[in-house]
Amino acid sequence: MKTALHEVHTGLGASFTDFAGWSMPVRYSSELAEHRAVREAAGLFDLSHMGEIEVTGPEAADALDYAFVGKLSAVKPGRARYTMMCNAEGGVLDDLVVYRLADERYLVVANAGNAAVVSAELTARARDFDAEVTDRSAETSLIAVQGPAAAEIVGKLTDADLSSLKYYASTPAVVGGQDALLARTGYTGEDGFELYVPGERAAAVWRVLTEAGEPHGLLPAGLACRDTLRLEAGMPLYGNELSAELTPFHAGLGRVVKFEKPGDFVGRAALDTRRDPDRVLVGLKGSGRRAPRHGYRLLAGGEDVGEITSGALSPTLGYPIAMAYVRPAHAEPGTALSADVRGREEPVEVVSLPFYRRS
Amino acid sequence: MRIPENLSYTKEHEWVRLDGDVATVGVTAFAAESLGDVVFVQLPEAGDTVTAGESCGEIESTKSVSELFSPVSGEVTEVNQSVVDGPEVVNADPYDQGWLFRVRTADLPELLDAAAYAALTQED
Repeated sequence: MKTALHEVHTGLGASFTDFAGWSMPVRYSSELAEHRAVREAAGLFDLSHMGEIEVTGPEAADALDYAFVGKLSAVKPGRARYTMMCNAEGGVLDDLVVYRLADERYLVVANAGNAAVVSAELTARARDFDAEVTDRSAETSLIAVQGPAAAEIVGKLTDADLSSLKYYASTPAVVGGQDALLARTGYTGEDGFELYVPGERAAAVWRVLTEAGEPHGLLPAGLACRDTLRLEAGMPLYGNELSAELTPFHAGLGRVVKFEKPGDFVGRAALDTRRDPDRVLVGLKGSGRRAPRHGYRLLAGGEDVGEITSGALSPTLGYPIAMAYVRPAHAEPGTALSADVRGREEPVEVVSLPFYRRS
Repeated sequence: MRIPENLSYTKEHEWVRLDGDVATVGVTAFAAESLGDVVFVQLPEAGDTVTAGESCGEIESTKSVSELFSPVSGEVTEVNQSVVDGPEVVNADPYDQGWLFRVRTADLPELLDAAAYAALTQED
């Protein structure tokens, strides 16, 4: 599948990669330059492969409280929440952001690879509620502007009061003459915005953002740098740190499970018995330049104690960083372990997440 | 994508330039671009014996790891330390400053010419 911006990316000389069935820009020129632009100026991302599912109706809030582990009924209109959808066994089906647009209107944004599952599950889980689930993925484009210059760039293009638009908030806005849902959310560890627009307006929005961003050093940015940015920020990636085999507790995200909310929710009973996981997610810091990568084993005194889920040479920090699942006995920050990097043991140290926090 | 006429190539996207009995080896622009930004290069050491078609090092980008296969057999006479110190030169100048290592070789195996390599990259 191709996004509405595919031709724009081709014109920019992008290299493409397949991601969950979508042909997406992996980089335009250099992923390190794009990474740096997001940390120091701004990057422009096409994230239209992600799924957008609308849930509306008098019982939309109740339906979402049942469908997700979070308490979406407690989210105020105009605010957003990071949450998860679990199966009956407590396994994570997706991690997502839910925007409450109005009392009876929510927008659920799912990972591209899970969008179909989330859409189908939401429809099934909302069946007994007075709520309607509509998959808007096909007609919706998502463009993100991320980085310290993002607010200045978007501010030039809209009358919306960005200083009152908090992190994890959204507002309908006209940006560069185009109607958009403007959200202050992202997956890079920087300040930034995500703009939900109709597919036929995506190219126009991309163009005005490019023009407004140019004096600020904005670069178009692909999925390669998105991955290193989110890794530095210690954010999980579904398929690496999260899966249906793992609960939110494994990932250190037990706080998103709201047992205190009234009523049942899918996964409640199972999750209640799975609060003490047999392995936990940790950050690892290496030395040198060889990064441990997804799937590599972790050793302590020659014994296998865990597995790397994501790893890269951190472009910002200059040393290898990784996330891994390890036995709880080896999860304390400061613990020395070694990673089996293609047959060579590389020393790594357990560190607390995130690796990078914006100043 | 630049594919210089005067070099020979392998299916593993390496180039070879022969000067007398010394072969200089690097990766092609196609390989460099497919890898993305190269952040780590591990090369054989001078004095090592390498065998054509066998792994003799690694190239890592932010996203991936690739084995480096020696296109020729012989003794390594020199490695490009500036590539080890600054791997980005592999992306910036793969055919010149970004050369990887040199091998004294008795006989060159059959390699691709520029046209044949160009055809190969079209298939990928």
